[in-house]
Amino acid sequence: MNTWIAIAVTALGCYAVKLAGLLVPAGLLERPLVRRLAALLPVSLLAALTAQQTFSHGHVLVLDARAAGLAAAALALVLRAPFLLVVAAAVVVTAGARAMGA
Amino acid sequence: MPEQTASPDIRTEDVERPDAAVVRDALGVGIAVGLSGFAFGVTSAGSGLSLAQTCALSLLVFTGASQFALVGALAAGGTPLTAAAGAFFLGVRNAFYGLRLSQLLALPRALRPLAAQWVIDETSAVTLAQPTRRAARIGFTVTGLSLYVLWNLTTLLGALGAQALGDTDAWGLDAAGPAVFLALLAPMLKTTTERATAALAVLLGLGLLPVLPAGVPVLAAALAAPAVLWAEGRRRNGGGDHAREEGR
Repeated sequence: MNTWIAIAVTALGCYAVKLAGLLVPAGLLERPLVRRLAALLPVSLLAALTAQQTFSHGHVLVLDARAAGLAAAALALVLRAPFLLVVAAAVVVTAGARAMGA
Repeated sequence: MPEQTASPDIRTEDVERPDAAVVRDALGVGIAVGLSGFAFGVTSAGSGLSLAQTCALSLLVFTGASQFALVGALAAGGTPLTAAAGAFFLGVRNAFYGLRLSQLLALPRALRPLAAQWVIDETSAVTLAQPTRRAARIGFTVTGLSLYVLWNLTTLLGALGAQALGDTDAWGLDAAGPAVFLALLAPMLKTTTERATAALAVLLGLGLLPVLPAGVPVLAAALAAPAVLWAEGRRRNGGGDHAREEGR
């Protein structure tokens, strides 16, 4: 049930902001500070999520096979690999590291 | 990210040609990104969401980063509202895409509620790269349609696949989520401002993880954005009279 509530709230919220962009008069969101904040917000969230989902297990910070996977993804990004390949590199390397007992 | 083959100075010998080029661009992005719905389906099912819940997310939320964030937060034991808040804040950027798209596409008001669901990173990237309104409308429609159909189809397949695989962690699939976030993040790290924000967010996100309830640290880490902007503003205004003079 809790999961459905989270899904409903997320779906409504995400749809509302998409629609708002198409409907509100441009002036309202065009203030420089609002624009800059909106551009930086995803940076902070994505960085924190990347770190947390790589280096934690519940409330504990850990260093495990996922770190190797993320390093592979980073390398793939530096080499300008396409999106799918970046994700695949992380998955394969993590699985490999785990198979070797990391 | 889209390859911009439809350059504005292309000579148009026949009218069909630019349309075909736009469609090709749009399909390229739609198919490549649409296929990664598979990673979401696997991750979501591996995080303990049911098949129906996983598919509902792709059908109704349809903005990848928010979907990954939500299932990650729920798996970590976050409450529904803290989990939804993180996903929501990630989705806020779509409002700013919509703002630019609405001028470019000039959609009739009746169509906007329908078009809104497709306002995401990829459709915006393709649409904003087009030189004319006609091309923009084609780009938006083809990218949106192909991506929506494929993303939902591959989500379903991924979720079914995860059930067949059993322990998805053994296959390294728990690394798919962070890899997706990193791939979305990397092109955003253009200047010192973005890098400082990311670094501060990582410190906050990891530092607060052991002490705050699940889902809350990521929201606290979001404060890195206003904090860096504030520090930057202070530095620009507070650097003595000389700097203040130059700033005006």
